[in-house]
Amino acid sequence: MHLPISDKIELNILHQNSHQAEKNKVKFNNYNLLCLNIMSSPGAGKTRLLEITLEDLSKKFHSAVLEGDMTTNLDAARLEKLNIPVVPITTGRACHLDANMVSGGLKLLEKKINPDLLDILLVENVGNLVCPAEFEIGEHFKVALLSITEGEDKPLKYPIMFREADLILITKVDLLPHLNFDINELKSNIASTNPKADVIEISSITKSGFDLWQNWISKMILKFKNN
Amino acid sequence: MTKCLILSMEEWAEKKNKKKIVVEKINLKIGEFTCVEPISLINTFNAAVLGSWLDSSEITIETIPFEGKCSKCSRLYFPKKENGYKSPCCNFNLEEIISGRELKIASIDFKEK
Repeated sequence: MHLPISDKIELNILHQNSHQAEKNKVKFNNYNLLCLNIMSSPGAGKTRLLEITLEDLSKKFHSAVLEGDMTTNLDAARLEKLNIPVVPITTGRACHLDANMVSGGLKLLEKKINPDLLDILLVENVGNLVCPAEFEIGEHFKVALLSITEGEDKPLKYPIMFREADLILITKVDLLPHLNFDINELKSNIASTNPKADVIEISSITKSGFDLWQNWISKMILKFKNN
Repeated sequence: MTKCLILSMEEWAEKKNKKKIVVEKINLKIGEFTCVEPISLINTFNAAVLGSWLDSSEITIETIPFEGKCSKCSRLYFPKKENGYKSPCCNFNLEEIISGRELKIASIDFKEK
């Protein structure tokens, strides 16, 4: 046995994922396809948000969805009813999508449609406020949802998710009159962790805020395509 | 995260001759402002590498403090969730993170057989 050697590598543990995410992004760029990574805890309303969003968005832009789910295709089945290309990605025991999974999903999408024809790819991540925040998938923007039933303190308890998000959608605001919930405190907590994030209040029941959200998406698609 | 660590080790070992080395220590730098709980990473790593070429290796973790910079007065500070991560000097929201996001293999100590 020889003397011990210390190899100082200073290597990011997530570098393989980051490398694949970069490759995904190059692909999205080559297709001129804006990719949004939609994240939240389970039950915050991601799938319902997409159902409503895509009904209108599909009239203006060609859209597709990669649908991350741990064990079922239930959410993908809901979105397929909108007659848009949907690829389910079942993650098994993994609590988040990673760049390899999204790369695989993109390959399946390519079999369904030529991505050159698409304007936007919405990736619904697995419901989880922890791991998805650390794993890049090649997205251009991260969108985090937070429903008001989760409590005002969540941006402080799960700061990385809300720090990483470009846009935060406060969902289920139609429930505000029925809850002892301080939306200003929530907004203050969001600003504490991420002062630069855009914030939109939204309700899938009353549809309030959807105009702002749709405008945000449209603006991002046009900005992306003009770059 | 454990899987990513093991894959990184496999990638590193490809450049060496895996059969001719024994990894003694994997020295990590983990920031306080990450989704990694150090003790959980150690436990899951130890369980995952049982019986593999990394079985005898030990993980050491240097915790890198979470440090921010006040956007008003540029003073460095340690953000606390109790204070909403605000700067204690000017009560400003956390804008610039100086350290705490590290998820690194700093070095690997190994012996050649």
